[in-house]
Amino acid sequence: MKILKIDLNDYSYEIEERDENWVGGTGLAVKLLREELDPKVDPLSEGNVIVLAVGPFTPAYPMASKTVAMFKSPLTGNLGESHAGGRTAFAIANAGYRAIVIKGKSHKPIYVVIENEKVHFRDARVIWGIADSLVIARIIAEREKGRGMRTVMRIGGAGERLVRYACVTTETYRHFGRLGLGAVFGSKNLLALVVIGRGGFKVKDPKLYKDVYKEIYDLALRSDAMKKYHLIGTPVNVKPLNTMRALPTRNLTSTTFEDADNVSGEAFAEHSLGRRIACSHCPIACIHLATLRLPYEEEPYFYRTIMISYDYELIYSLGSMLGVGSREGILRLIHKVESLGLDAMSTGVCLAWATEALKRGLINESNTIVKLEFGDVDNYIRAIEYIYEQPNEFYKILAQGVEKASDVYGGKEFALSFGGNEMPGYHAGYATHIGYLIGLRHSHLDNAGYSLDQKIDSYPEPEEIVDELVREECWRQVLSSLVVCFFARGVYKPEIVSKAFKPLGYDVSEDELIDTGERIYKEKLKLKVDMGFKKPRIPERILETECMHGKLDRDYIERALEYWWKKYCK
Amino acid sequence: MGMPKRLVTVDLEKCVGCGLCTLACSRRFGFAGNDYSGILSVSLSGFERGATVIFCRGCEDPPCVQVCPTNALKKRRGGGVIYRESICIGCKNCIQACTIGAIFERSDGKISVCVHCGYCVNFCPHGVLAMKEVKA
Repeated sequence: MKILKIDLNDYSYEIEERDENWVGGTGLAVKLLREELDPKVDPLSEGNVIVLAVGPFTPAYPMASKTVAMFKSPLTGNLGESHAGGRTAFAIANAGYRAIVIKGKSHKPIYVVIENEKVHFRDARVIWGIADSLVIARIIAEREKGRGMRTVMRIGGAGERLVRYACVTTETYRHFGRLGLGAVFGSKNLLALVVIGRGGFKVKDPKLYKDVYKEIYDLALRSDAMKKYHLIGTPVNVKPLNTMRALPTRNLTSTTFEDADNVSGEAFAEHSLGRRIACSHCPIACIHLATLRLPYEEEPYFYRTIMISYDYELIYSLGSMLGVGSREGILRLIHKVESLGLDAMSTGVCLAWATEALKRGLINESNTIVKLEFGDVDNYIRAIEYIYEQPNEFYKILAQGVEKASDVYGGKEFALSFGGNEMPGYHAGYATHIGYLIGLRHSHLDNAGYSLDQKIDSYPEPEEIVDELVREECWRQVLSSLVVCFFARGVYKPEIVSKAFKPLGYDVSEDELIDTGERIYKEKLKLKVDMGFKKPRIPERILETECMHGKLDRDYIERALEYWWKKYCK
Repeated sequence: MGMPKRLVTVDLEKCVGCGLCTLACSRRFGFAGNDYSGILSVSLSGFERGATVIFCRGCEDPPCVQVCPTNALKKRRGGGVIYRESICIGCKNCIQACTIGAIFERSDGKISVCVHCGYCVNFCPHGVLAMKEVKA
């Protein structure tokens, strides 16, 4: 496999050819970070390293459409891992690479263009300072070639200003969203990374390859394995979560939202859905774009019409969590977050905490500048601009995340972060929260907790939940090393994965796959511990607000955490 | 001899930009990727405007054939071209000659162009592409 290493310190690069038994994606990224990164380094210093990795199934099989980004997170100070779709994986693999490593720091703003085996360093001084990531992307897309074969990964204003939950956006609507890769780009004076790829590889057994491909393709389209994503998309979760009392609302003071029907996936589909698009190599097209038609404020018969991508987590974080119950309000908030290049989930949770802190008098309006109130869209939009602009001390701190903000201003008990990362949109029960606490990626996708909670009537011993979560998590290390989309996990069962390796020229048994997952899990955890990973705090609020299983008991979660710590971390 | 067929778009507005056609085209040659693809999936200046596909539209009088110095490109019955790779010297004249940019450069210097085989149609999940009978 080929690995491209770029050093921004002296604008140089090398291509390394090597054999590696860490598969690709997550596994390979852990290995490369281990080699390249000092675990104790300041995440916003030039010593931080970014790895972007694809896997052996990219671009061979459908739904192997994701790229894994790994870095040290400026939000948590620990391992950052974020996955994105779009065209990124397709372009990196076609350019011939299994991974790209970015080191050092440019002394002036630049963007980098990778064109198969060539790397170009482009002056970005003229476009540095443009807040809107959509504008930055358009300018770069018009200047560079490679239409249909490229990805444009870029930050917006939030990344430039080092908001610690700034994201990197790719192809307008997909994101390396969580844990602040955007701030790491910004700290390196790296505005964007364009990859243009024309290539791929010859398979070992073309006949078998076509057959296995067809089998996977049919499974994806004709079975129920991906039905949820086919139709209404991830927002199909809004209604059932609300009904089962698992939808975090108003900073998790409630788990039911009176406007859930208004902002459900069904309602968005009926009233707002304007188009669906796909990541490269995915037949499902789960990217749902809403049409938002807004009048000019002062002039009659003038409108601007914007296409805005929505998903469940955004409806939760910028909707129910902020008490915003209109589709238009949510879409306007998403658009603001999207254009500035912020992580929507962290932004929503930070604002929900600030709203409650203001209400309780921990902070005042001289801190927040605008009066934050649940449901007040206009003021939330201004507050999001302030997170980007950081006009005062309060917003400088809020731009560092809710953990930091509650360190300074108090309100820890209702600061909803796990291991320093703001909470995802599920308050379903013990397994959900234990999953957040022990998840190696610290993002909801990393564990099966929420689905376990839905299946469980009475809880077993906490140890059993932990082992079950870890087992699933080990398997997901395999999926994110191949790299296939987690939404396709119903298709890529061990048997199919093993089968799909054959035509590519590898004999990998199901048992070997399971072993590989465990090996990657251990290695990743070790890296986290070396980065200073500590037993995470349990936010009080999750114990106060009832979920579908009633109130949660601290002891149960503590026992789970203690068991996991001893068994897996030590 | 029956009526020849040609690859056409049924409804371009339905294209989601998944690129499965691009990948199918290279897969036909036992290749995972886009190097051998004669069809390209692109966004319309950003995905907010949707997506489309670029491929040979089967000219009756193809300029690419006219500029090919070695006869590697020959007129195909029903429109478009037949490509004989072994005599292609990789001059790229054809790439310049195609108004819609539907001929692509391979990494080995030769070209990839749609020859209207129809393999990609089987992998277009949203009914954008089809094979259509045309007059010879």
